Amino acid sequence: MNREQKMAKLTEIFQDVFDDDTITLTDATCAQDIEDWDSLEHINLIGAVERAFKMRFTVREVSGMKNVGEMLDILEERAK
Amino acid sequence: MLQELCYPFDSDVILQKRRRFLRILKEQEANAVPLRIAVLGGSTTSDILSTLELFLRNRGIAPTFWESEYAQYWNDAMFPNTSLEAFQPELIFIHTSSRNVQNFPKIGDSAEDVEQKLEQTYAHFSQMWDRLSQVYQCPIIQNNMEMPLTRLMGNREVGSIHGSIDFLTRLNCCFYDYARTHRNFYLHDINYLSACYGLDKWAEPSYWHLYKYALCVPAIPEFSYNLSNIICSLMGKNKKVLALDLDNTLWGGVIGDDGQAGIEIGQETSVGQAYAALQTYVKAHKELGVLLTVCSKNDHENAISGLEHPEGILKPDDFVCIKANWEMKSQNIADMAQELSLLPESFVFVDDNPAERAIVQAQLPDTAVIPFDSVEDCILRLDRAGYFEVTNLSADDAKRNAMYMENAKRQAAQAKFTDYKDFLKSLSMQAEIRDFDAVSLPRITQLTNKSNQFNLTTKRYTQAEMEVVAASPAHIRLYGRLEDTFGDNGIVSVVIGRKDGSALHVELWLMSCRVLKRDMEYAMLDALVEECRKQGISEIIGYYYPTKKNAMVAQLYAAFGFTKTAEDGEGNTVWNLQIHDYTNRNSVINVTH
Repeated sequence: MNREQKMAKLTEIFQDVFDDDTITLTDATCAQDIEDWDSLEHINLIGAVERAFKMRFTVREVSGMKNVGEMLDILEERAK
Repeated sequence: MLQELCYPFDSDVILQKRRRFLRILKEQEANAVPLRIAVLGGSTTSDILSTLELFLRNRGIAPTFWESEYAQYWNDAMFPNTSLEAFQPELIFIHTSSRNVQNFPKIGDSAEDVEQKLEQTYAHFSQMWDRLSQVYQCPIIQNNMEMPLTRLMGNREVGSIHGSIDFLTRLNCCFYDYARTHRNFYLHDINYLSACYGLDKWAEPSYWHLYKYALCVPAIPEFSYNLSNIICSLMGKNKKVLALDLDNTLWGGVIGDDGQAGIEIGQETSVGQAYAALQTYVKAHKELGVLLTVCSKNDHENAISGLEHPEGILKPDDFVCIKANWEMKSQNIADMAQELSLLPESFVFVDDNPAERAIVQAQLPDTAVIPFDSVEDCILRLDRAGYFEVTNLSADDAKRNAMYMENAKRQAAQAKFTDYKDFLKSLSMQAEIRDFDAVSLPRITQLTNKSNQFNLTTKRYTQAEMEVVAASPAHIRLYGRLEDTFGDNGIVSVVIGRKDGSALHVELWLMSCRVLKRDMEYAMLDALVEECRKQGISEIIGYYYPTKKNAMVAQLYAAFGFTKTAEDGEGNTVWNLQIHDYTNRNSVINVTH
C-alpha cells in the first residue's frame, strides 16, 4: 500500500469515527481542523487506525503525533 | 434494536461506528425509559459511558450521565456535592479498579500491619457506599478488583500476607460480604470479566499511561455490555422465557427419524455428554424463574418421546408449553407469548438451525436469538448474553414454572364450565390484600418494574424509592396475593395512591397478567375503597398513560365505574370516582386483610 492508498484508508476511518462522510484529509490536518476531534475521540481514532493497519503505536508515538502527516509517516515506517 | 449491539457483538465495529449507532438508536427509540446514572470514576470513564449508552438504548433505556471529574470518585461520594445532588441519580456506578488501591502490603510489614491496611482499604470503600446509599437512596453498582498484570513474587503473590493478589482477593471477599448484607448494592465482577478477556490484553499498560484507562480500550464494549446487563435486570428488562428447539439442539439426531433409542443424549458418548450438559444448564434456569418452552418442528408424540429419553435431564414436565408441530416457529413463539400473557420480546430462542434463527429474527425482531455453531458453544453463548442476569431473587422466582403449569390446569378446568362465574367460584380463590411489609417489598418492586401490560402508569421504582413509599404516611399502598385450588400465584397486584386532602391520586396500579380475568382487579378496587373510607378520602383519581404495551387497560377505569375527566392529545386520560355510593364488585374471591 503506498502513501496515497494509506491516506484513502485513513480518510475512511476518520469518516467512520466522526460519523461524517464529508471529511477530507491532508498531511496538515490536525485536531483543530475537525470539530469533534478532542482528546477522547483521539483515543478512538488511534484504536481504529491500529485495527485497520494491524499495528500498535507506542506510547511515545501517540504522545508525539501532531497531524495526519506524522501519523502516515509512522505507518510508512512500520510498513517497511 | 440494532443487531450489531446484540450478543455476540464485534467490539471493534462498535468502537468505530458508535456515533452512527447512537444516531440511529436515538431516531428509533421514542419510548425508551429515561434513567439518570451518576458515574463516579477512579480512572477514565468516557468511552465506557458512550458504549454503555448504546447497549442500554438498544434495550429501551435512555440514560443521562453525571460524570465525576477524573478520578474524583471518593471526594464526590464523601462530601456534599450540590451538582450531584441536583442531578438526583437513580443509579450510581462506581468505576474503580486495583489501580485505585493505594496501600498494598510491603515485604517488611507485620501481619498486623497488613490486617490494618486491609481494613483501611475496605473502609475507604464501605464508608463511601454507606454514605451514598443514605444520601441518594438509589441502587449502587461497584466494580470488584481485577488482578494486577504482573507478580513481583511470582506464585507467592497468593498465600503470602505480602502478596498483592492475596490482598486483592481478601479485599474482594470484604466487598462480597457487604453485597450479601446490603440491599440495593450490586457488584460488577470485572475480576471474572478480565480473566475471560485475558488479563494480558485487558491490563495492557499503554492504555493506562496514555489515557488513564484501567482496562484496554478494545475491552470496553465487553465491559459496558456486562454492566448494562445489571442495569437492564434492575430496570425489569430481563428476558423471561427460553424457547428451545429439540433435534440437534437439546439432543443429537432427529427424533422422528432416529427414534428414542437413536438420539444422542446422556453419558454414553462425548456428543451425548455435551447435550446432557446443555440440558442441565437449561434446567437450572427454572430455579431463577425462567420459563422453559419447546419450539420444535416435530410431531407432538415424537417430541414427548425424545423428552422422555431415560438419560435426558429435561422432562416434559419441565416445560410450561410444548409447541411441537409444523407451523412457523415465529408463529409458535407468538402463540406461546399470547398463552402465557407475555410479549415476544420476553423470549430467547435457541435453535441449531441458522435458517430458523433468521426467520424468527426477521418476524419477531424483539425476540432474542442465540447464534451458536455446535452444542458445546451453546452454553457459553447463552451464558454470556446475560439475558437472565440475576439482581434480586424472590421466593416467587423459583416457583414461577409451577405457577404457569397450574395455569394450564386452570385452563383445562375452565373448559368444563359453561358459566364463567361458576368456573371462578370453583377455583376457591383466596386473596390476601394488605399494606406493604418488609418481607413483600422485594417482590413488589420486582413486579412493579417488569409489569408492562396490565399497568396503568408504568411508573418504575427502585428498591430504595419503594422503601420510601412503604414508610410514607402520605400514601395508601396495597399488594394482593392470590391463591386457589391449583396453587399459590404469589404477589400479583400492586396499587399505590398518594393522598391529597380528601382525594387519592393513583400513581401505580398494576397486575400480573397470569391472573387476568379472575376478578382480582375488582378485589383490589374494593380493598382500596375500603382503605380510603377509613382514611377519610372521598374521591379516587386514576391516571392512564398509554405505552406500546398497555392498551389492554386503556378502559380499565371505565370498567371500574370511574368518569373520564380529561384526555390529552397523546391519549393520556384522567378518571374520577366518588366513593360514597360505591358497592363491592368482587363476589368470587374470598379476601383477607
